[in-house]
Amino acid sequence: MSEFFQQIINGLSLGSIYALIALGYTMVYGILKLINFAHGEVFMMGAYSGYFLASGLGVERYTASGGSFPLGLAFVVLVGAMLASALLGVTIEALAYRPVRSAPRLTPLITAIGASLFLQNAAMLLFTPNPRPYPPILREVRFTVGGVIVTNIKLAIFVVAIALMVGLHQFVQRTWTGRAMRALSMNMDAARLMGIDVNATIRATFAIGSALAAAGGILFGLDQITINPLMGVLTGLKAFVAAVLGGIGNIPGAVVGGLLIGLAEQLTAGYVSPDYRDAITFLILVVILVLKPEGLLGVVRQEKV
Amino acid sequence: METAANKPRWALRALVGAGAVALIFAAGLGVQAGFVEYVQRIILLAGINVILAVGLNLINGTTGQFSIGHAGFMAVGAYAAAFTGVHLAPHVAAALGAGGVADAVTFNLALLVGALLAGATGVLVGLPSLRLKGDYLAIVTLGFGEIIRILLNNAQFLGAATGYSGDSAAGLPTYTSFFWVYFWVLVVVGLVRNVTFSQTGRSLIAIREDEIAAEAMATPTTRLKVLAFTLSAATAGIAGGLFAHMQSGIRPEDFKFDKSIDMIVMIIVGGLGSISGAAIGGIFVAVTLELMRDLQQYRLVLYALLLIVIMLVRPEGLLGSRELGLAFFRRAQKKPGAT
Repeated sequence: MSEFFQQIINGLSLGSIYALIALGYTMVYGILKLINFAHGEVFMMGAYSGYFLASGLGVERYTASGGSFPLGLAFVVLVGAMLASALLGVTIEALAYRPVRSAPRLTPLITAIGASLFLQNAAMLLFTPNPRPYPPILREVRFTVGGVIVTNIKLAIFVVAIALMVGLHQFVQRTWTGRAMRALSMNMDAARLMGIDVNATIRATFAIGSALAAAGGILFGLDQITINPLMGVLTGLKAFVAAVLGGIGNIPGAVVGGLLIGLAEQLTAGYVSPDYRDAITFLILVVILVLKPEGLLGVVRQEKV
Repeated sequence: METAANKPRWALRALVGAGAVALIFAAGLGVQAGFVEYVQRIILLAGINVILAVGLNLINGTTGQFSIGHAGFMAVGAYAAAFTGVHLAPHVAAALGAGGVADAVTFNLALLVGALLAGATGVLVGLPSLRLKGDYLAIVTLGFGEIIRILLNNAQFLGAATGYSGDSAAGLPTYTSFFWVYFWVLVVVGLVRNVTFSQTGRSLIAIREDEIAAEAMATPTTRLKVLAFTLSAATAGIAGGLFAHMQSGIRPEDFKFDKSIDMIVMIIVGGLGSISGAAIGGIFVAVTLELMRDLQQYRLVLYALLLIVIMLVRPEGLLGSRELGLAFFRRAQKKPGAT
């Protein structure tokens, strides 16, 4: 039984990382109807910016002497990486998506794949393809609760992810930019007629989504111990499946989908076979597409001519 | 209805077909005599690429549905053809007597099995995802490509991660030759051409241009999309079979996501929706891959930039949806400057 709870804890912390990334997919899809394939690479770049920031702030100095990295500096690393990724997301949008926004939908899909491939391979050239150990910006402390091992890292992942998601929800519901985003996702032309700055709002969407992905990247690095330039491919795909599962375009749906995918993956790894942990996600995708293509929390939208 | 005018046309077509096969045979002898093995290999790969590109173009270009996991179908075809080839060869040899005829029969049966299995997988993948509009096919095919690789990596009877090379130490029989590659190029291009310019093809184009309008005109959109996707998957299976029998063994890594990207570059360079464009793109990729061999690590960076730049500068590709043929030049002569 304690093994079951162990898998649940691991699944929830992994799932909250997926949820953070899924939010970026779902926000962009909700507005542009575009699968932002480069999002997984923004996640990877976020992890690397965290890596370099932490090294720059001298994480080794603190940990070599047996101490731990100050919490304030860990926060600086997190915020810095989020800002850097927001900038990257906005740049990708400006160079690869905005020029083709009015083109047929296949065109931005292809530039998105191009941007994704470019970032992957640029990262392999810049950072070498070898995995790097992630700097311990949080020192691991283990607790045992009723036979279940809980680390402070898993708790931190869960807390940071939930805090960011609540923040996003407040932002989208309560600010003018958030309101503009919701208006764009309903009808871009009508929103433009109401005086909403479409370009600025889309830019904000990419910035926020990318920042959340960067936070996911740092948490992923802490959780999985190493990072590599291709880490965004599979994780990004799974996060996209999470967004589809919850109902693409739907923000609470992305969170629910992320947590469910994380749980499904951990339970498959624990009870079926670790070899099939990646396959289960895609099985879920096919099943949801057949049974409920609008997703768990999505609404059916009638397509009009 | 068989009219007098139709009959000689069929005879003519049969004659042209036979002539083309003879031409391929002669060209094969020429290639074998005239080029070193390294160049021959590139020529074979170019032919396989043409099959891949023309097949993928049917779904991505003509029908406007985006598959980015075609390497998965190629893998299904390759493994199925390799497995069938290895296990069928002794039986065919027993029935027909070992030799060139038996090899040819085994090889083509193996290719057909590969195509059938890849096509069946296509139905399986296409049915759930093609019922939906939008980009779901892209993401499902991508996921499917990964699943295939995971399954092959774990399939012990197919050699798992080390790859499949038959049961003997010599590896897979190398049946693939210039003649068979280009014979299948002819078959696939002919098939895709006939589909594209038939009524079905017009319906496929209608789906690409406006799916809702096509549906309003009573076009069975889902059935046609699945049909195009299945055909496309089957041609990828044939290409996979030819690829498998070119070397002593195949590995799951041969069919990574990179391979799917190669295919997409082929059809985008040539022009989405153009059969001749896809063929040119296939040859282009085979040749540039060899030229860029020394730049291995930069290859995909360049590819990625190429994709973005083509989409920004000339989104219709080299030929757009036009065809390169006699009519193309005739039209160009009649209307200079016409686009």
